[in-house]
Amino acid sequence: MVSIRSAQASDLAAVSALDLRLTGSNKPDYWQAMLGPDRHFLVAETEKGSLAGFIAGEVRAFEFGQPAAGWVFAIQIEPRLRLKGVGTTLFEALVARFKAEGVTRVRTLVDRKDHLILSFFRAQGMVAGPSLQLDMDLS
Amino acid sequence: MKLQTGTRLGLYAVLELARAPERTLSAAELAERFGVSTHHLAKVLRTLGTAGLVEAERGAAGGYRFIGNRRRTTLMDIVALFEPAPGSRPKEPGEDTDIGGALQRVLLEIDEIAEATLRSISLETMLKPRR
Repeated sequence: MVSIRSAQASDLAAVSALDLRLTGSNKPDYWQAMLGPDRHFLVAETEKGSLAGFIAGEVRAFEFGQPAAGWVFAIQIEPRLRLKGVGTTLFEALVARFKAEGVTRVRTLVDRKDHLILSFFRAQGMVAGPSLQLDMDLS
Repeated sequence: MKLQTGTRLGLYAVLELARAPERTLSAAELAERFGVSTHHLAKVLRTLGTAGLVEAERGAAGGYRFIGNRRRTTLMDIVALFEPAPGSRPKEPGEDTDIGGALQRVLLEIDEIAEATLRSISLETMLKPRR
């Protein structure tokens, strides 16, 4: 079992380390910014107090012309603790925060080749949203 | 998006059998449930059997039952058994022209999105009651 709580500055080292291990990208400033007042940044902690995973998101109004919705920016789970419901517990906790802010939709963006995370969000009940993401190479 | 009949029957059969993996259903029972031909469905079930997703049981209570992994099997795994893999089809006339190439890029974009969708949905997710 894990417990969910808001992330604190003292969690940033463990969050950054887990993210670096899983994505290969080191971005401590990004995680620091997630502690901002408008953000929801939650961690899942094991009974022994170690980091099992984290999720971050925010309610954004009129983003891309859409009414207010909760956006999930990031979710990472310690690989040893996957398939035990940690991700679902974090997602549900974040959704509860979004609902408490009065929004009725949750959204995210996922790399279409990242089948693991796509499957995770699908299993939560998410489906293709109303927008299509467009992209162009500027190099 | 239009799926070939065999693909649709394969999805129907796997999902119906995976709904209750301990249950055995004959090709005729499955065919009746979906209003399709038993002959066609039997052929589809043989393909699913070769892929290790269903198993045929002989005897009076014989039929097919699901033996795959509901959480690990995605809709794409079933579709790939019946539809040609993207990129494996022969070249169509005109594809080497600039217009043909541009059209191919658009069609590839659509295929990639369709594949990502099918690959992200497990049988477990499909069979979950909708919220």
